[in-house]
Amino acid sequence: MMLPYPILAVCLLLMWLMLNGFSWGQLVLGALVALFASWALASLRPDKPKLRKWWLIPKLVTVVFVDILRSNLAVATLILKGKRRPHTSGFLLLPLEIENKTALALLAIILTSTPGSAWLEYDSRDRTVLLHVLDLIDEEQWIATIKHRYEALLLEIFA
Amino acid sequence: MIQPVSDLPLWAAMVVAAFLIFGSALALIGAIGFLRLPTFYERLHAPTLGTSWGVGGIMLASMVYFSVSSSRPVLHEILIGLFVTVTTPITFMLLARAALHRDRAESNGNVPEKHQHDLEDVEAIQGNAEEN
Amino acid sequence: MSAVILLTAISIAQLLIALAMAIASVRMFRGPRAQDRIIGLDTLYINAMLMLVTFGIGTGSTIYFEAALVIGMLGFVATVALAKFLMRGEVIE
Repeated sequence: MMLPYPILAVCLLLMWLMLNGFSWGQLVLGALVALFASWALASLRPDKPKLRKWWLIPKLVTVVFVDILRSNLAVATLILKGKRRPHTSGFLLLPLEIENKTALALLAIILTSTPGSAWLEYDSRDRTVLLHVLDLIDEEQWIATIKHRYEALLLEIFA
Repeated sequence: MIQPVSDLPLWAAMVVAAFLIFGSALALIGAIGFLRLPTFYERLHAPTLGTSWGVGGIMLASMVYFSVSSSRPVLHEILIGLFVTVTTPITFMLLARAALHRDRAESNGNVPEKHQHDLEDVEAIQGNAEEN
Repeated sequence: MSAVILLTAISIAQLLIALAMAIASVRMFRGPRAQDRIIGLDTLYINAMLMLVTFGIGTGSTIYFEAALVIGMLGFVATVALAKFLMRGEVIE
């Protein structure tokens, strides 16, 4: 097959053009690099992620963008308050419904990039993940937020 | 040593300055938290301030500056931002798992135990090995 | 006017990032455990990367961007190797 991973190839070409500036010569060179790179990846045979509702991706990106900004500010104030704050951090065991590997990886990236929650360990048998949360006041509320805000969207995006 | 090459319009200079100070302040607050928080798992949260909007702020400043000063869109800073966003969770997850593993092996701190079925599996495997 | 604003902002940003690097290296030397030192190293290289980008804005040259990208990639590989070593006691299994 000519192009085993079309999205990856287009992304690689875009990256090449960003790094080197646009010209027709660079376009040809970048296309060649993208082609050979996707053949190389095809020989590794990773699972191909199946996107179902790709138009929800911008929504996910905006939600995550805003949430990361908000929790940045929240954690910054927590740190600046220093020792005066009560000790509220703790571990949290979160049951998950997602099984798709790409969706799991995305959820891990979202939760770790958000200051205030860190992904520690995933158990594929129980389908639970161990999180550490800096400001753990209400466990149920944390679980509900993660499931409602991110997991539902990811479940819809990935088949 | 430092000499901005081109005179930017005032609004662009303000935007660049605001993003620069926002980003670097978040990086500094992250480092302070990293120094002051008491346990390892709490310290794990602090540097993500620097790696999320700390990096983001400074990348945005650089993008605005170069786009305005060369009057064409310069977007390659997004690559650093994307790269950092994708790689930091990997290192932090690996380190957190290593820390959990070490804390469990030495049984110090209030670390949640691994699930029971792992132990049962180990016993089952050992039992099978003995039978064979 | 805009040059003055830019210059002050860049100097302040570099000062803050330098402080962050100093604090990260304090944690790197103090420990107490190996995982703290590795995260200290991680924070140190991310801040070094940010410092290079601010130098790039200050001098108006894009060379620093490439240096920052290289620091980011090498730092990532180094931290992953160290974390792997911490977990298994060897890097390549």
